[in-house]
Amino acid sequence: MSARDDVLGRVRRALEGVEPGYAVPPSPRISPPADVVGLFVERVEDYRATVVRCTPADLTARVAEALPAGARAVVPDGLGVTVPGAVADTGLTAAELDAIDAVVTEARVGIAETGTIVLDHGPGQGRRAISLVPDLHVCIVRVDQVVPDVPDALPLLDPARPHTWISGPSATSDIELSRVEGVHGPRTLHVIVVD
Amino acid sequence: MSGGTFVGMPAFPKAAQEALGNAQLRHNLAHATGTIRAKRLRLIDEVNANSDWEALRLAGAGVKESALVDLATHLERLEETLTANGATVHWARDAAEANAIVASIAKGHGVDEVVKVKSMVTQEIGLNEALEAEGIAAWETDLAELIVQLGHDLPSHILVPAIHRNRSEIREIFLREMAAVGRPAPDDLTDEPAVLAAAARAHLREKFLRAKVGVSGANFAVAETGTLVVVESEGNGRMCLTLPEVLVSVVGIEKVVPTWEGLDPLLRLLPRSSTGERMNPYTSTWSGISPGDGPQEVHVVLLDNGRTNALADEVGRQALRCIRCSACLNVCPVYERTGGHAYGSVYPGPIGAILNPLLKGPGHDEQVDSLPYASSLCGACFEACPVRIDIPSVLVDLRAQVVDAHRGGVPKVEAVAFKGAAVALSDSRKLGLGERFTRVGLRVARRVGASKWTSARDLPPAPRESFRQWWKRTDGGRP
Repeated sequence: MSARDDVLGRVRRALEGVEPGYAVPPSPRISPPADVVGLFVERVEDYRATVVRCTPADLTARVAEALPAGARAVVPDGLGVTVPGAVADTGLTAAELDAIDAVVTEARVGIAETGTIVLDHGPGQGRRAISLVPDLHVCIVRVDQVVPDVPDALPLLDPARPHTWISGPSATSDIELSRVEGVHGPRTLHVIVVD
Repeated sequence: MSGGTFVGMPAFPKAAQEALGNAQLRHNLAHATGTIRAKRLRLIDEVNANSDWEALRLAGAGVKESALVDLATHLERLEETLTANGATVHWARDAAEANAIVASIAKGHGVDEVVKVKSMVTQEIGLNEALEAEGIAAWETDLAELIVQLGHDLPSHILVPAIHRNRSEIREIFLREMAAVGRPAPDDLTDEPAVLAAAARAHLREKFLRAKVGVSGANFAVAETGTLVVVESEGNGRMCLTLPEVLVSVVGIEKVVPTWEGLDPLLRLLPRSSTGERMNPYTSTWSGISPGDGPQEVHVVLLDNGRTNALADEVGRQALRCIRCSACLNVCPVYERTGGHAYGSVYPGPIGAILNPLLKGPGHDEQVDSLPYASSLCGACFEACPVRIDIPSVLVDLRAQVVDAHRGGVPKVEAVAFKGAAVALSDSRKLGLGERFTRVGLRVARRVGASKWTSARDLPPAPRESFRQWWKRTDGGRP
C-alpha cells in the first residue's frame, strides 16, 4: 500500500464514529476604530519603523528624503513614483540585490489593529526577493488601502498570489529576550502613508 | 533522535532534579518566561478592550477542530490544490520516510547543503542528522537555532530554543564555532545582543545567497487554496522560502486549515500568545509555484509520524489543535523551574507532556511514560492555550493509560496501596479494622516503600484516635 493510502486509511480509522461536521464559532470583530489610518500609523511606529504621512503631490519628495544620498534603490515594474538612484528589477540575482542599498515598493493592504503591511507582489511591489535582500525598505501605503483588522484584510487578498505580511523591521529576541531590530530582513522599514 | 525524543534522556524526575541544580538556567528561565507572560497579558487586555479574547480562542479552537474531525477530506483537498498550484506532494508514514524524501530531493539536485527555516517538525524527525548521514549539511538559520546548532546543543524552548544560554556563552560559541562552517565571527565580537545578531547576519548571508535548496515546515496549510503559511520574526524564513531554486516543506497532517478565512483567528491568536506581539514581523504565504517569483520547484511532504495515534485518542485528539505558540511553557510552574531539556523532547513543557505520549503511545518507553506526571495539574496551561487544549484533562487520562499499560508483572507500591484502599473502603467493618492500624501502618510505610513519596512530601502524622473512636468516646461530640 502506498504511504498516501496508508496515512489516509489510518486517519479514517482514527475518526470512525466521529461526526465530520463541526460548527465553527464566528471570529469576533473589533469595535471599529474612530481613526483607522491614525491607528495604523501608531501601531506601525510601535514596531520602531519610521512612518510619515503626505499628500500625493509630496510623495516624490518624501520618497527621495527616505533614501540616503547617493543610495541605489531597486524598483519594481509599475511603481507609480520616480525614485532617485532607481535600479530597475531586470531579474537581478540575489548577490546583485545584496549590493543594492534600498528598495521602494507599494503595498496591497494595511492592517491598522496590528500595524501590518501586506504585499501581494503584484505591479508596483515586485517579486519577493527585491523587498527582502536590500537593507532599507521604503513602502508606500495609500490611506484607502488601510483596513481595521485581520478579518477585513483576508477577503481582499488573492490566495493564489504569494504574500508577505510585514509588521515592522526584521527583529529577534533570541538572546536573553533582548529585542534587536534587524537580522536578515531589511533592518530599516520606512513607511509613507499617502492621503 | 527519532520521533522527537532525545535518545538516552533519563525519565523526567531524574532529569528535572539535575536541571534544578542549575541556578543560571533557572535565572534565565524565570526572566524569559516572566517577560513573555507580562507582554502576553497586556495584549489580551488590549484585545478585550475592543473585542473578546475568549471568543477569539473559541473561534481558533473551532477552526482547528473542524479540520481534525474531517481530516481525510481536507488532506485530499490539500493534495489536489497543491498539485494544481504546481507543487509536488509526497506522503510519509514516519520520520524515516520523510527524511528519505527530503534527502532524495536534495541529492537529485546535486547539493551538499540546504538552508532551513526554524521548524519543529524537522527537529521531531531528526532531519538534520539524517541529511548529515547522506553528506548534506543542513544550516539552521534562525538565530536561536544557529546558537543551538553551533553549540552542539539541544533546544530547550519551542520559541526561544537557546533560552538556556546567556550572552557571554553565545559569544564564546560564535567565536569558537563559526569559522569551521563558514564566515568566522569578527575578532572584536562583544556580547551585546545587537553585535551578536550582526555576526549571525553576516555568517548566514553567504549561505542564503548561494543556497539552491531550502527546507521549511509550515504553521498552516490551507486545504481550499493549496497555500502554506510560515510565521517568523527575523527574515531568515523569507530568505529560505524565496531565494533557493527548490523548496521542500515538511508539514504534519494536523497543520491543515480548511479555508483561507480560517486563518483569521489563528493569525490573531498565534503572535499574541507566542511572542506577546500584536503581529510577528514576517508572515509568508505561498501557493505552489509563482512564475518568476521564488522557488520554481516546490515540494510538500505530508507527515503522519504518530499523529494518527493521537487522532484516534478521543481525549487526546485535541492536542493536534496545537499551533506551537509555547504559551503553555511560559505559564507552567514546572517548566519555569526545570527548563525544556528535562522533558527530553523537542516538544517540552505541558504540550510536550501530552504530545509525546500521544504520538508514541504509552507503555513503550520509560521516559515518555514519565511525562504525563511532569505536572502539578494547576491548569494554567489550559487557561493560556489560544486553541483551548484542555491539557490537564489529557494529562490525567494519559496517566490512566500509562498505568493500564503497565498492568501485570510486579505491582508498584502505589498500586498495592490503592488496592489495599479499595478493600478497606469497600466495607465499613474492614475500614474500622484498618483504622486501628493507621499508626502502625504509617510507621511501617516510613521505613519501607514510601520513600519515593516522602522524598518530595511529608507523610502526615497519625491521629491519636480514629474518627470512630472519637465518636464513640464523645458520643459524636455532644456535651
